[in-house]
Amino acid sequence: MTMRWDVTLAIIAMGVVTYLCRAGGYAVLRAVQTPPFIDALLRNLPAPLFAAYVAIALSKQDLAAALASIPCAAAHAKWGNFGLSIVVGVAAMAALRWAGM
Amino acid sequence: MRIVFTSAGILRGVRRGVPLLLGIAPFGAVVGVISLGKGLSLAETLLMSALVFAGASQLLALELWTDPPDILAVALAAFVVNIRMVPIGAALSFWLDHLKGWRLWGSLFVTVDHSFALSVAENRAGGRDAGFLFGLGVFTWFGWLISTAVGHVMGSVVALPPDHPLFFAATASFVAILIALWRSPGQDLPPWILAAATAMAAQMLHLPAPLPLLAGAFAGAFLAAWRETRKARA
Repeated sequence: MTMRWDVTLAIIAMGVVTYLCRAGGYAVLRAVQTPPFIDALLRNLPAPLFAAYVAIALSKQDLAAALASIPCAAAHAKWGNFGLSIVVGVAAMAALRWAGM
Repeated sequence: MRIVFTSAGILRGVRRGVPLLLGIAPFGAVVGVISLGKGLSLAETLLMSALVFAGASQLLALELWTDPPDILAVALAAFVVNIRMVPIGAALSFWLDHLKGWRLWGSLFVTVDHSFALSVAENRAGGRDAGFLFGLGVFTWFGWLISTAVGHVMGSVVALPPDHPLFFAATASFVAILIALWRSPGQDLPPWILAAATAMAAQMLHLPAPLPLLAGAFAGAFLAAWRETRKARA
């Protein structure tokens, strides 16, 4: 159960930032009226973030990763269960690796 | 009607959280396995899960993880992913505005997308017990802690090569989250394509992480916000 000070510091920084998003956002948005554009920007941030992440992640991997993403996405569109979608994606990747990709 | 915070409400939230564990546990296990792969100890993994309690940002931070860790990069990653929680807190004001002290700030600490959505549904159905949000949040917090620990322990029992299919689980998680955020082609395709293209372009310019991600995310969000507010003005 070792803990390095630099890793601990990085985790605490993540925790503080995350709690500021959770609680600070509530506190600030209760106190002040933000412009509609900022509201819309915050509301619309998650999806482009994940679009950018998926693009970067796939660009760093081989063709098998792009192919395995398709059944993973289809499974989530069909059933909407995160656990199942991850299992389908990993199983597709395992099948592609087994097939020699 | 008066908003209350009772132990019955907390228990009701806990009971509602049980089926959610099916979705949370594999995701948590993946975070545990990946954190092991990045060299984090079990104690460090548990500390991250306990303090951050946000799977997507933990995965993203682990993706950017270096040795020694770049504190600014992982904090920025946590901020960018979790900024979506800013409006979530405000949207729960129907209950939170009636709470004080640990009930208010503790509820916010354990609020995640699942507990937010289910609390909104509970409120719409006439629920007036804010303990529901707290109970659901604390239960999923424990579930998250245990599942990341199990992933970390299992990962150390079975040594996996770097190209093992299990490591694709991180990318699969983000693909699934992206699909979950889908609304319609008209609303989503332009900002998503702009986000992906901007991120790729920034990466081709060899900008350091997480700048390509930030550039893509904010380019896409800016376009989506501009289209949304333009529509509202028209």
